[in-house]
Amino acid sequence: MARNREGLVLLVDIGPAMHSVLPDVEKTCSLLMQKKLIYNKFDEVGIVVFGTQETENELARDIGGYENIKVLRNIKVVDELVVDLVKRLPRGPVAGDFLDALIVGMDMLIKMYGAGQKGKKRLCLITNAACPTKDPFEGTKDEQVSTIAVKMAAEGIKMESIVMRADASGDVDERIIEENDHLLTLFSTNAIAKTVYVESPLSLLGSLKTRRVAPVTLFRGDLEINASMKIKVWVYKKVAEERLPTLKMYSDKAPPSDKFAKHEVKIDYDYKVTAETSEVLAPEERIKGFRYGPHVIPISPDEMETLKFKTEKGMKLLGFTDASNILRHYYMKDVNIVVPDPSKEKSVIAVSALAREMRQTNKVAIVRCVWRNGQGNVVVGVLTPNVSERDDTPDSFYFNVLPFAEDVREFPFPSFSRFPASLKPDEQQQAVADNLVKMLDLAPSPKEEVLKPELTPNPVLQRFYEYLELKSKSTDAALPPMNEAFKRIMEQDPELSSSNKSIMDSFSGSFEVKENPKLRKASKRLLRDKPSGSDDEDNRMITYNPNENSIDTVGDANPVQDFEAMISRRDGNDWTDKAISEMKKRIVKLVEDSSTTDEGDKALECLLSLRKCCVLEQEPKQFNEFLNHLYELCQEKKLSHFLEHFTSKKITMIPKSEAADSDVADEEAADFTLKQEPKLET
Amino acid sequence: MELDPEDEDEKQESHFHIAVSCIAQSLKSHIINRSNDEIAICFFNTREKKNLQDLNGVYVFNVPQRECIDRPTARLIKDFDLIEESFIKDIGSQNGIVSDSRENSLYSALWVAQALLRKGSSKTADKRIFLFTNEDDPFGSMRISVKEDMTRTTLQRAKDAQDLGISIELLPLSHPDKQFDISLFYKDLIGLNGDELTEFMPSVGQKLEDMKDQLKKRVLAKRIAKRITFMICDGVSIELNGYALLRPATPGTITWLDSTTNLPIKVERSYVCADTGAIMQEPIQRIQPYMNRDVMFTAAELSELKKISTGHLRLLGFKPLSCLKDYHNMKPSTFLYPSDKEVIGSTRAFIALHRSMIQLGRFAVAFYGGTTPPRLVALVAQDEIESDGGQVEPPGMNMIYLPYANDIRDIEELHSKPGVAAPRASEDQLKKASALMRRLELKDFSVCQFANPALQRHYAMLQAIALDEDQLGETRDETLPDEGGMNRPGVVKAVEEFKESIYGDDSEEESDSGAKEKSRKRKAADAGDYDFVELAKTGKLKDLTVVELKTYLTANNLPLSGKKDALINRILAHVSK
Repeated sequence: MARNREGLVLLVDIGPAMHSVLPDVEKTCSLLMQKKLIYNKFDEVGIVVFGTQETENELARDIGGYENIKVLRNIKVVDELVVDLVKRLPRGPVAGDFLDALIVGMDMLIKMYGAGQKGKKRLCLITNAACPTKDPFEGTKDEQVSTIAVKMAAEGIKMESIVMRADASGDVDERIIEENDHLLTLFSTNAIAKTVYVESPLSLLGSLKTRRVAPVTLFRGDLEINASMKIKVWVYKKVAEERLPTLKMYSDKAPPSDKFAKHEVKIDYDYKVTAETSEVLAPEERIKGFRYGPHVIPISPDEMETLKFKTEKGMKLLGFTDASNILRHYYMKDVNIVVPDPSKEKSVIAVSALAREMRQTNKVAIVRCVWRNGQGNVVVGVLTPNVSERDDTPDSFYFNVLPFAEDVREFPFPSFSRFPASLKPDEQQQAVADNLVKMLDLAPSPKEEVLKPELTPNPVLQRFYEYLELKSKSTDAALPPMNEAFKRIMEQDPELSSSNKSIMDSFSGSFEVKENPKLRKASKRLLRDKPSGSDDEDNRMITYNPNENSIDTVGDANPVQDFEAMISRRDGNDWTDKAISEMKKRIVKLVEDSSTTDEGDKALECLLSLRKCCVLEQEPKQFNEFLNHLYELCQEKKLSHFLEHFTSKKITMIPKSEAADSDVADEEAADFTLKQEPKLET
Repeated sequence: MELDPEDEDEKQESHFHIAVSCIAQSLKSHIINRSNDEIAICFFNTREKKNLQDLNGVYVFNVPQRECIDRPTARLIKDFDLIEESFIKDIGSQNGIVSDSRENSLYSALWVAQALLRKGSSKTADKRIFLFTNEDDPFGSMRISVKEDMTRTTLQRAKDAQDLGISIELLPLSHPDKQFDISLFYKDLIGLNGDELTEFMPSVGQKLEDMKDQLKKRVLAKRIAKRITFMICDGVSIELNGYALLRPATPGTITWLDSTTNLPIKVERSYVCADTGAIMQEPIQRIQPYMNRDVMFTAAELSELKKISTGHLRLLGFKPLSCLKDYHNMKPSTFLYPSDKEVIGSTRAFIALHRSMIQLGRFAVAFYGGTTPPRLVALVAQDEIESDGGQVEPPGMNMIYLPYANDIRDIEELHSKPGVAAPRASEDQLKKASALMRRLELKDFSVCQFANPALQRHYAMLQAIALDEDQLGETRDETLPDEGGMNRPGVVKAVEEFKESIYGDDSEEESDSGAKEKSRKRKAADAGDYDFVELAKTGKLKDLTVVELKTYLTANNLPLSGKKDALINRILAHVSK
């Protein structure tokens, strides 16, 4: 394996207790594989499932035992198959032994890579850890686990366990769970292993670090206490936004016959003095100008170079201050972490001494940093202690950038105490608010904290990769709807709000809000899509209720009603599009299954409804394109009986006269079939 | 809009100098800080006259290509800097108010100033007159009847101006031996009474200083950055305004100019198909290579994909403040303040929550759809903090953008050695650290007390170039450690003791940094396999691989960057030396 390449074995528990969460496990794993395909194409992956009826692994073959463990895929470079493989994990009938599975996985890694590649070998275990493990032949389980863990550490294998704690239903044995938890902590003390407990599909999606980024230091050098004392430190990014992959621009101008076409798009910049002239300046004929009053002052690169502020790489301590002096909202950027140089034991101790004492006395350090030589500016920031809870992790600091005097905008705001009583809450209202803040609790205890940033996946990225996968299979795949799991970050937890229903009700009863009647119509923009008090509030409420989730999908039973309810929702801009795409899918499904005229009629009904709504919503393109698509589909699948219905009911495209956005002329609308004919032949 | 009628009195050269340099300094900050403000400079009690009303004793100072009251320009500042040299010749001074004449130059000056300030509506602009004078009793030398008459008309003139929304600020300059007596005349002109009167004079010195030593900092008008609907629970959605109170200040936008003519350049961007050279029209399709295929996305599909929610802020629940970690931060926070403009009752609900959150030490977790990508946010209630009558922290909530799981990196794990306990500080070392921290305590530290040295340098550079100044205005780097403080014996001793407790008697820091050196040397040894001089002579360097070439470069401490050709050239240059 080359540098920066990883070997990973996924160990997935597919026993009966896992069946309910396996769809989300599949999503999580496929996301991991997809990102590897895009960012780490050379990573190698093996997949092991346990809890299967059959047994198929090398250890069982060679030495026996290790039953109900099946190797779905040996370790090899990620490819197209792997995504499909993890998307269709088998369901197993047996409660599997995760310790056995770990040994199988470890064995695969060692056989594949030997002792080299330290830190590039990873085991990822996904289980509910609720099934008993077998007793070892000799010694206790604790000893056995410690031996495995020490071996793992020696081989440089990292381990990540994701333990599902979704439903604490009656049939789980508390004792076994406790024992398993204990065994898993033994791993973390003896090897680079971490265990994440997840309680919801949402945190399951967030639990696996799907994007592997090789950490790069931002700075290696001295943290200067003063001229004589220096501590060797390394600085990394602790937080950095993961974005969508940079999508390249694509040109379709090259003729299809050109096999060597690169389809690339270049960006050209032309610099002109006036818009009219064709005379173009070369980039080096330009000079930078800055506004000074109403005029622009040119500054030549030479002047810039000689006069600009010059910096020298280094981190200098300015002093210490009370943590309460630095309000949390002054943090300006994503966060860095300052760790002592691992090869310098004394520096590790020095950082440890300062960090521990800072935490003890609730102080923070102010530092001035220049990360690189020649950097155009200095950064003033605050070091806060990060005292490690694990024995084998050195103490470190978090670094946050603080604002300069110029960065603060001093806008005055009226103080709340000066407001008239009519704008302030009375005692009873205050009590209601206190109650809400107390009871709508997301962290009843540190262990039960939900919606931790560490376990919350990015919904947009999740959706992008799902869409990418669909699109790679069929070019015109519709955008998938939001994953149900994400409701938990976009809306209040229905369970939490229903158990606090009386509090919520008394809050909404005590705090009456109403639209300002004096407001002019034009400025009501804000209120238009505001759900409270609007007619759609009732519809929206249904979606909160998991049992009656009908309005964000177009169901089988009453597709027309569902669709019309959905498209008239006004609590978001995207419902129209969502409803239309849902309806399209439903129609295609009906058409494809339409063996009987009955279903054909239903499809027709849906199509008519879709057409009506597309006219109302002024979305003619969506309908017209879909109609073409449907027509092609029928041709392809030889569903001529359905096409006859089409013509008999006179379903046409939406012409300009019905919707202004349409690019179909009135006379073309009816005979779209004719127009489509030549296209089909190509 | 500001206007500075300038009093000038021949006998008091130094006062004239103080006033002029104060104005010059303040112009230089003004052009950066509020470059859209319009300013006129007007002297009174002058020999020459120059004003639209053609009144005696009033001279409006101006430069070409500029209206009398207009935005300050480089030329204005430059010429004004030289005014002390040319003043006697071009403008001259004389006491305009003398007994037996009906001239009242103060009255005229106010009239001219008011006329200048007629420009622009008082609704949109803040109109001010700054009056510099060292004469506390302008009509003192007159006969009593004339004096009364003049006082009355002058005060009426000032009142008329104030009625038009113009405020008059007085900047009196005292004689060394006789303090400016505000009660003689000016208290009525600027409308001071009671306590204000006694507090006025002591504050003057500070005012002058403030005008001179302003930090160069672009001042922005208070503006709502975001209007947010905050959905607390079913049926209660309140209206909030979001403000950007903290954003990194930048030197300002760069305008590209033609280097020969200094005319601004228009940039035209075009997308060109690399295969055919055809110009592409936006929006352009995007592709993502995936499984040996290019998966295509239209711009519409991508924007649809990112639209996952309404732009609202939805309350999800509350957590204790300890759950908000130091690394839960992505970008500058947004300040939220309630508004009853569109939804009545917003302020009340907001204040109630605000109080509860402060009292219970909790923050709210909410989902905010108004950013791309939408994010979980922490709403941290902030109580009002005031000091010296000024607002340090406004009351409201700060919206802190939280990272997602994949935005957080586990660096700590990377630095763990399983099973090997990390070195920790001993009791003694902790004690020494504590002593050091007490010594290095920053007194009265406040966030943002430092000016950005690079930005201040940029403004100084801009000013020097714009005004043809020979010397760069002095900018001090306040962010450097306080040398004097650091060298105090107590501090030095504390650092020494801490150092000794960590590094021992050995004053040298650890020397186990050999790893890097060693590997470098080893690589250098590998390079010995080839006779590079020979290879270079025979031109066979190109037969070697890049890795092999690099061994030579590392061995000789040469840069490793560039393509193979660049590497070969670098070796050739080195060999031929």
